[in-house]
Formats: sequence, C-alpha cells, structure tokens
Amino acid sequence: MKREDLNHTGAHKINNTIGQALLAKFMGKPRIIAETGAGQHGVASATIAARLGLQCDVYMGAEDIKRQSANVFRMKLMGANVIPVESGSRTLKDALNEALRDWAANVDNTYYIIGTAAGPHPYPRMVRDFQSVIGREARQQSLEQFGRLPDALVACVGGGSNAIGLFHPFLHDVDVAMYGVEAGGDGLETGRHAAPLSAGRPGILHGNRTYLMTDDAGQIMETHSVSAGLDYPGVGPEHSWLKDIGRVSYVAATDTEALEAFRRLSRMEGIIPALETSHAIAHAGKLAAGMSKDKIIVVNLSGRGDKDIHTVASIDGINI
Amino acid sequence: MSRISQTIAALRSAQRKVLVPYLVAGDPDKGTTVVLMHALVEAGADIIELGVPFSDPSSDGTVIQLGAERALRQGTTLHDVLDIVRQFREVDTRTPIVLMGYLNPVEIMGYEAFASDAQAAGADGVLIVDMPAYECEDLFRAVRPRGLDTVFLVAPTTTEARLASICAHSTGYLYYVSLKGVTGAAIKDKGDIKGKIEHLRTITDLPVIVGFGIKDAQSAVDMAVISDGVIVGSALVDRISHLRSGETYSQAALADTVAVISSIRQAIENIK
Repeated sequence: MKREDLNHTGAHKINNTIGQALLAKFMGKPRIIAETGAGQHGVASATIAARLGLQCDVYMGAEDIKRQSANVFRMKLMGANVIPVESGSRTLKDALNEALRDWAANVDNTYYIIGTAAGPHPYPRMVRDFQSVIGREARQQSLEQFGRLPDALVACVGGGSNAIGLFHPFLHDVDVAMYGVEAGGDGLETGRHAAPLSAGRPGILHGNRTYLMTDDAGQIMETHSVSAGLDYPGVGPEHSWLKDIGRVSYVAATDTEALEAFRRLSRMEGIIPALETSHAIAHAGKLAAGMSKDKIIVVNLSGRGDKDIHTVASIDGINI
Repeated sequence: MSRISQTIAALRSAQRKVLVPYLVAGDPDKGTTVVLMHALVEAGADIIELGVPFSDPSSDGTVIQLGAERALRQGTTLHDVLDIVRQFREVDTRTPIVLMGYLNPVEIMGYEAFASDAQAAGADGVLIVDMPAYECEDLFRAVRPRGLDTVFLVAPTTTEARLASICAHSTGYLYYVSLKGVTGAAIKDKGDIKGKIEHLRTITDLPVIVGFGIKDAQSAVDMAVISDGVIVGSALVDRISHLRSGETYSQAALADTVAVISSIRQAIENIK
C-alpha cells in the first residue's frame, strides 16, 4: 500500500495543492479558489493557503456539504470560505462550474487550483506532474523493498489524479499491469454510478474531451456514489487515452463492494481507508484472488477514512 | 454572402447598429420560444441568438443558467432547438439565427448530422462557447461547406496570438465579451472596452458586436457607440422567466416580455 493517507491532511491532494499554490504565489495572485467534492481537495487548498498567506475560497456542492461536514469545518478553521453551490445537481461538477465562473470574473487576482487531473490544458498535465511523486516514490520503494517492480498497480479513479500520479512513472514498465477503479455506485447496469470510463462515451466538459457520463442528448448525467470524491461524471483525459491504447484496465467497484473493503481493511490492517480508496482496495482483493502468492500488487492508499465515519455509521444505523 | 453578412452590411449602409437578442430555446417551452422569436423581430431584433440549453453552462450567470434548467426540465434537446428554427422559418425567412451553446450536445449529435440539420432547418451560424478556435477543424469540416457562419467570442483577456487565430476562423461577426466574467454580470470598464475594440478594428474587418452585461437603454447606448451593435441576453431571459409553460400569450403580453429589446432598439436608433 502506497501510503498517501499519511500525508498531512490525510490524502494525496496536498501533493497537488502545494505545487499549484506555489505557482499562484510565483504568479503574484493573492487569492486561490478551488472546487471540492469530498472536501479533501478543499482542505488541502485551505491548508496551503493558510501556510502561504493566500486568501482561499472553496466551492462545494450543497449536497456534498451535507455529507462531509467535518471537512467543511476544517476548511473554515484554516481560514477558507466555503461557498455552497446550489446550481445543477449541487455536487462536484457544479462546484467546478461555479469555480470556473468565479475565475473568469477574477482572473486578475485569482488562481484556480483544480483538484484533479481533468479540466482545460494545462491542468491535466500539471496535476499529473505534481501527483507523479506518488509513482516515483512507489517505483523506487518497490525496487528497494521488493528488489523488483510490482506486477500490478491499483488505484481508484474519480477525476483521476491519484491514479495518474501512481501510474505515470511506470507507464513504460510494460510488465507492470495497471487497474483504475471507478465508482460503480449501485452497479453499472443501474445507471446509478460515476464510471465514465467503464460506461460512458467521449464528450466535452470543463475544457477537455474525455470519457463522460453523457446522455443521448449530450447533457451531463448525474452521478451516484457513496464516495463524494469519486462523484464526477468525467475523468482526466490522460486516462481516456490510456484506456483507448489498452495500457490501463478500467473497472468499477460498487458502493457495497467499497464499503465491504472499507471494513475489511480496517479490521485486517488497522487502517481506515477513505471510501474513495476503498474502491481500489475492493478491486485489489479480487485481483489478488486470481494471482499467485509471489506476485506483488501496489494499491494506492489515496486517503484515510476519518472523514467518512459519519457516512458509514449512518449506513449502519448508528448515531455518532 | 451569408444572411448574417447581408443583414449586417445593410444595417451598416443605413448607419444603424445591430441588435441581437439572446434567449434560451425551450424556455418556458418550445412553442413559446417560436412566438417570442417573432415578437423579438417585431421589437426590432436584427439577428437572433438562440441558446441551446446545456446542463453545465460554465460561462453563464444565474439568469441564463435558470433559463437552461427550465428548458431542460421540458426535455428540450438540440433536435428540438432545430425544430424551433424550422417553425420560425415557416413565417420568417429574413432574420438570421445563430445557434449559441456548448460543444457537448453537438459532439454527441455528431458534427455532420448537426450541420446538415442546422442548414436544412434554416439556421445561419453557430457560436460554440467552449470550443477554442484551434479545436474547430472537425466542426468546420461539417459547417463550412454548408454555408453556416462560425462566430467566436473575444474576451478582454484574449491574447494577441489567440486574437489572430479567432479572427482567422470567424465569419459573420465577432462577439466581443465586454467583461471578465459570465453572462448577466455588470460592465465596469467602459474605457477599456473602447480601446480593445479599436485594437480589434486594426486586425479585422469583421463587424464587432458587444455582449454580456447589456441590460437596458443606457448600457446598450454605451456599447453601441463604440461598436457595430449589441447582444442582449440575461435581461431578456429574466423577463421570460415570468412566463409559464403550456400557456398561450397574447401579442400584448409577448410585446411586454420583450419590451427591453424594443426600448433598446429605440435608444440606439440614432447612433451612427
């Protein structure tokens, strides 16, 4: 397990926000804005803004604010404003739309830190470059600790930043298989999911052409996942390309499978993973069942699950 | 010469400014959009920008976002928008129509299918808000041979290099975005706009029509004196938001809804 959950703020998001916030500072922008789904990117943005003395405004879908109230509070504690987005479906894609609107109006003094590997160029490349520390470290540490490269890499895919960060430095290592795990929600066949690579088609959203959950009329569909951070109807365009060339296999894990993996890892390792990450754990378990014991799978533990305990407790009917 | 170019050329010869209202197709319903379009022509519209509703209109402010949501609740598709054009054309073969929207609905319909149906329906141009000029090749291959004009946005932040590319790809007119921001916002920097448009005139002969933030006689006059004309969107869509789907509106009610356009027409009439 590549322990991105041990990062300050509890997820891989900080790798990206530090890089982009330093860029904002270099560009002389006193203000950063961000969109956030689960709140991890919002927290990571608020964190670095506090550290660098930047004003920080975070757009968050009103639906997401309800299910991630701890992260909302964290952002505010660090001095950021959390602006609820009531338009559209009130989730991540709408927060991104609102951040784009703000940026268009305030570009002179504002830098927009996009939290994932999607959006207009140069964001997909820039976010990938900042997140590729994950893969570089994993590659080096694999050689140091295993004496060889892993047989497989597994990462969850929402917008795709933790996955591309892990995968990118290994792309030329042809014997390293790669699996991106999307949010299967209630199951791909129900249409209630967030799996554009598995069940979508190419379209244009947020300044990139990529696999999207779009209906026959070209409208963007609502996504459904127990994990707010995977709840995006698009995906970073580099993943779309990696799918098309067959370098990475994109699969999906359902809410049920993710929740089961969440509990299993907590019990078996004493590590509570984020619900997003749990999708990767779920698939890694399936993969491992079909591989011999001498094989090595590296799973990106993209975030810790403290932020999700209220969600899981409520699913269990427990009031905490 | 395209219908758009002819219309604008005639206005320029007569020393009149171009007035372009924008409304969301399907808001509050398809039938009302058609009658509103006729009412707009009555009120003095020279060209109509017909908005294709999209679920994620990231360049639009709240008023037009809500208009798009109302149209989408009616199930309005791009096919429906082209039907609206067709119906309008049964009565009016003069007023040019520009289809304005975001790229995804066009991409999903398919460029050939879209261009062919748009031409057959009687549309005159397309303005795809989130398609940069340098990504236009595929769409152009479909729309250019069919005589459709391709309109692009120029913003206050557009760089010189992009400006050259936009001008090279534009036909009909250039849409100059008056402000940094989204539709329906307030224009703050009038002097800056004048300078930018003067600069545009040194690079292109295309007519320059200003949009975003024009909401009444005063703002229209301010922009019309420094350009070839004005586009009015949110102010109109805001009035349309008071209409209900499934209702039949009298000529008087329609005229009242589009009164912002008739008052702007009057205000810019004597500007040369």
